Amino acid sequence: MTNTLKRLLGAMLGSLRDLLPILLVIVFFQFVVLQQPLPDIGKILTGVVFVVLGLTFFIHGLEQGLFPIGESMATAFARKGSLFWLIAFAFALGFGTTVAEPALIAVAAEAAAVAAQGNMIESSEAAREDYANGLRYTVAFSVGLAIVIGVIRILKGWPVQWIIMGGYVLVVIMTLFAPIEIIGIAYDSGGVTTSTITVPLVTALGVGLASSIRGRNPMIDGFGLIALASLTPMIFVMAYGMMI
Amino acid sequence: MDIIDAIIAVTLSTVSDVFPIAAIIFGFQFAVLRQKPANLRGILFGFFWVLIGLSLFLLGLEWALFPLGRVMAGQLTDPAFIQTALAAHETAADIEWSDYYWVYIFAFMIGFSTTIAEPSLIAVAIKANDVSGGAIGVWGLRIAVAIGVAVGISLGCYRIVVGDPIHWYIIAGYVVVVIQTSFAPKLIIPLAYDSGGVTTSTVTVPLVAALGLGLSETVPGRNPLIDGFGLIAFASLFPIMSVMAYAQLSDARAALGRRRADAETTTK
Repeated sequence: MTNTLKRLLGAMLGSLRDLLPILLVIVFFQFVVLQQPLPDIGKILTGVVFVVLGLTFFIHGLEQGLFPIGESMATAFARKGSLFWLIAFAFALGFGTTVAEPALIAVAAEAAAVAAQGNMIESSEAAREDYANGLRYTVAFSVGLAIVIGVIRILKGWPVQWIIMGGYVLVVIMTLFAPIEIIGIAYDSGGVTTSTITVPLVTALGVGLASSIRGRNPMIDGFGLIALASLTPMIFVMAYGMMI
Repeated sequence: MDIIDAIIAVTLSTVSDVFPIAAIIFGFQFAVLRQKPANLRGILFGFFWVLIGLSLFLLGLEWALFPLGRVMAGQLTDPAFIQTALAAHETAADIEWSDYYWVYIFAFMIGFSTTIAEPSLIAVAIKANDVSGGAIGVWGLRIAVAIGVAVGISLGCYRIVVGDPIHWYIIAGYVVVVIQTSFAPKLIIPLAYDSGGVTTSTVTVPLVAALGLGLSETVPGRNPLIDGFGLIAFASLFPIMSVMAYAQLSDARAALGRRRADAETTTK
């Protein structure tokens, strides 16, 4: 019991150390640069305690739950040897984790506002909602596709840089043709799709697959799924902006 | 009672975020793979901890960091604040890009510090450390990525202030990435590409978005709907370069060390 307690305490100290830089930055700017008192100090302190506890529990759950299930499924799929189900799983994981992502929902709504302002769509509530939903499903589809491509790449052992560079070329070409209003959002959408729960799962899946297939190096072949998942949304969002 | 209500509300929304993921995982596990994963109890407990941890984390951010961060982003970009830095004879029309220096410093520091606290980056760093057998340090990777994000966001703020089109910056960044890729150690490349996407999630995105929006609202001639975006793209591009640079530097140092050791043995 004392052992668990000690470990928990150690983990909490670690979380506190992770958060210390943010606190320092905020205190410095608030008192030295802006020279203003902190509003509602009680709530802020409670919030900091919650953040420390939350980060500690999350990291613990990550090592107990997300990493093991991701890897055990990767090994099980590799042993089962069914390409169809592996690809179906990869797509479902990419699509399912992205479509409900709150950051994506927020970005899609803002993109609809931009489109309405630029007269690309009607400025009515219904038209904006249609546009935002269409964009959301487009991005979710593109992330599903990215994980599928990434999994096939791990199976075949293709170097990730060729796929990424090909994607870059595509992004650059599409930038020339896409409506100017959509470009900023398209570039940002690559970063927002990968959430805190998706990243550990997808990483564990990639590393697990690469370690259970002979001839694959988990370091070279196992990573790279996240990179693909942040690249395809840029391409698909620009394509969406061009079509509508 | 407010606290408990808030905790319940946030937990419910986290559950609805996690539910589709859990449904896919356990659906495939039981319907397709048809086997019980080893230590199912531990895994379910792990999911439980992830849920509780993420809920508390988000709630704490919402209470402590985001309001402060947003207020600060607003104050730092406020023309009244910028003008205090001007000389007496200058007016608002004389504000140049360099007068926003506190914004760039804030962008750098907040980019660095939020990246250090980003849970998904911690996850990837733990995994990379594991897989590389300790060759890639957890802290080395996290600091390399944080520096990349910090530089990226500062440069992104500069872009909003001067109003350049974003694509030239991103395309130039791609060119640098491509060149670095051909020189960087092979082992680091996939991880470096991944760290671009990892950096921007729970902590960084809301703060950075507030900064971009605040800047584009107050700098004359900028449209928040068009110029307010793009900071996240900068924050996902620059870590790729900084992680590859980190690997190149440690490689170079190791090579130098070997050469020194060789030189010593030959002189003896």
